[in-house]
Amino acid sequence: MKGMTIIVKKVTEIICGVIFLYGIYIIVHGHLTPGGGFAGGTIIAGSFILLVLAFGSEFLALKKEETGSSILESSAILIFIVIAALGMLMGGVGIFFVNFLPKGTIGQLISAGVIPLFNIAVGMEVAAALLTIFLALLIYRDEVLK
Amino acid sequence: MIIYILTVFLFLIGLYGVIAKRNLIKIVIGIALMEYSVNLFLILIGYVRGGTAPILTEGLGQKVFVDPLPQAMVLTAIVIGLATTALLLAIAIRIYKKYGTFDIREIKNLKG
Amino acid sequence: MELLLIVILVLMIGGAIFSLEARDLLSAVIAYGIVGFGLVICFLLLQAPDLALVQIVVETITLIIMIAVILNSTREEKEHGKGKRSVVFVIFAFVFIGLFLYFFNRTTSTLSVFGEHMMRMSKAYIQPGAEGTGSANLVTGVIFDYRGYDTLGEATILFTAVIGVLTVLRLRGRKEQGK
Repeated sequence: MKGMTIIVKKVTEIICGVIFLYGIYIIVHGHLTPGGGFAGGTIIAGSFILLVLAFGSEFLALKKEETGSSILESSAILIFIVIAALGMLMGGVGIFFVNFLPKGTIGQLISAGVIPLFNIAVGMEVAAALLTIFLALLIYRDEVLK
Repeated sequence: MIIYILTVFLFLIGLYGVIAKRNLIKIVIGIALMEYSVNLFLILIGYVRGGTAPILTEGLGQKVFVDPLPQAMVLTAIVIGLATTALLLAIAIRIYKKYGTFDIREIKNLKG
Repeated sequence: MELLLIVILVLMIGGAIFSLEARDLLSAVIAYGIVGFGLVICFLLLQAPDLALVQIVVETITLIIMIAVILNSTREEKEHGKGKRSVVFVIFAFVFIGLFLYFFNRTTSTLSVFGEHMMRMSKAYIQPGAEGTGSANLVTGVIFDYRGYDTLGEATILFTAVIGVLTVLRLRGRKEQGK
């Protein structure tokens, strides 16, 4: 797949980093403002998809990227389960998913116990899953249909 | 009440697309329309007139909130809908490569 | 506000009907985008900002994938003529729609009127919501603290869908067949 014109390439170089930072901001502030893990994860996936669409698939090494995003997705869901199981050990009550870190004051950035860690894990998982689906369809198109 | 009937009318249009259309892409669009209409229906039930979004901000006091439970359920349902549509489209690409057409009657006729 | 919702819903229904009846598949997919983006406006009017954020990006990604699938294959739908479309089928369709709407009306008349939600169960989540979980965003608190298992189920479904796509396209698990 060929890339796009040079105007699109120059604008993409500037903007895709800003979109990535915006996605991270929405994930980390998930317990204070609307958004959370799912919204931020899809925005990060959107920034990577913009990169792939603007520069074309002959320019980037897509097979290695797809391997990397698969490994990232598996490790993100593993981190999610490990944090949930830690709640069982350290909560003192023995239930899955106990919120065991201190809760702090409402409205600060470091508050709400385990919830920011859950947000980060879910955000990574959603972004990696959408990117893997997109790259798989693109690799199939390049190698099998041509 | 008329809003609920319009929402279920959108669901019926999606159902018509799944049953009566012959092109595979139209069937996939029908399934996605059914998912959208169900998400909208769940959020419509939880609306309180004069309520605000369920987020505590300082300086606001205790106002009337809309229901946060259906929003939490639909938030995951939207992302699952995307994954399901992507899986259906992957199957559609494979069928096109093997049979050369998207028409489901010709797919039944050709064998191998 | 209710009038605005009704107008947007009528536009979405028009877009859906056009998307299913179009001859060109590209027009059908673009008309499908009307339904998705109209849904974003509906979510904003119903005071759900998290959902509007997710729905906008998800709709864009769905449109990209659909257009990529269509442009790599055929673009038009073959019409082989009407076939045996007899009157009995049309009558059955109308009877089914009439019964469906009648029973739907009977079931939803036990629900509250649109806009006056009783919130019997939600009071138990809102009252201790902020101090119990410690987060200012009640929707995030419900997702990850009170309803954590459902989020685990959603992560599992997403993972399974990705494995399904990779298996259907046969990018993994193919032994070397000596090309």
